[in-house]
Amino acid sequence: MTADHVEHVMGTVFSFAVRDPGPGTGPALRRAVQRLHRIDALFSTYRPESEISRLGRGELALAEADPEVRWVLERCAELGAETGGYFTARPGGRLDPSGYVKGWAVEEAARTLRESGSAHHCVSGGGDVQTAGGPWRIGIADPHREGAVARVVTGRDLAVATSGTAERGPHVIDPHTGLPAASFASLTLVGPHLTRLDALATAAFAMGAPRALPWLAAKGVRALAIHPDGRQETTAGWD
Amino acid sequence: MRRAVITASATAAGVVLLLSLKPHDPAAVRAVPAADGTAPAGGTGGVQDTGADSRTLTGSAVNTRYGPVQVVVTMAGTRISRIDVVQYPTRDRRDQEINERAVPVLNQEAIAAQSADIDVVSGATYTSEGYTRSLQSALDQAAQ
Repeated sequence: MTADHVEHVMGTVFSFAVRDPGPGTGPALRRAVQRLHRIDALFSTYRPESEISRLGRGELALAEADPEVRWVLERCAELGAETGGYFTARPGGRLDPSGYVKGWAVEEAARTLRESGSAHHCVSGGGDVQTAGGPWRIGIADPHREGAVARVVTGRDLAVATSGTAERGPHVIDPHTGLPAASFASLTLVGPHLTRLDALATAAFAMGAPRALPWLAAKGVRALAIHPDGRQETTAGWD
Repeated sequence: MRRAVITASATAAGVVLLLSLKPHDPAAVRAVPAADGTAPAGGTGGVQDTGADSRTLTGSAVNTRYGPVQVVVTMAGTRISRIDVVQYPTRDRRDQEINERAVPVLNQEAIAAQSADIDVVSGATYTSEGYTRSLQSALDQAAQ
């Protein structure tokens, strides 16, 4: 028995699968969905009235922003320092912490389910996945074949984040050049916590080959790169 | 209930469908026939048995700002074996371009996530709100 839910929010689709549903599952799913809409209202760069949009236009002072907005921007600054500037809350110059917010939102939704007592669930948002319990089988989309899966990762308590050019075209900007990064067709990271993985995936995608995989391996992060010619390359310890 | 006669696209020439629905603009709705040439009836949703272990679930016709979207899901046991988009907006050329690319991609992703014993796909993004809401209503029927 599984309780499934699909929600369109933050310009993409979030899906929930709860394998240990109970009386609290319905209310927990509703809280998780409310949380996602709240995060969207605060952080969307497509909503002119969001706090991020108002901060970007200089209409809202950081000190007056929601504590959660300040917290996220602090985490973005830390990741910027850790990644040598390859992760930034200002890709292309405009305030846009989406590279952090999407993965964080998925993990927050999963946390809401966990706090309701679920130990066995999967949340995905915009192609990034956080699971609890398991084992879960997570397909990694093949950037060269629509609808096909390049590899399958199986495990417990896994998070999987993929950056890629396949569906949305080149959209990760290398902050050091201001140009779209395109040295990978896709880059997938596997680890325990999606928020950090998603941010590192964005940074490593911008960093590009040949530096990104050794850099990730040194951090102990498992990664699969699919190159534009279809070649697949993994960090040691992927399998 | 208004009855609109809708002609399928040139790529599915000769297939004429009768759908009971209330589109904002009948000319803006195009029916997409299933690959085998049949198409389930549109409307408010329903379940139809098609075999011992196979059944089709018709999702609600979801009105989006671009027009109605509706899917029909074929279940083999508890798994999705195919998804047919029986209605999607084609109000203008840009809608058509987006849908002609997006709808097959969405179909394949939803099925890929189900058919290969995979729980979820990383790197695949769904972007159509109407599609997912109609799909959700079909999945809700499957859970009943």
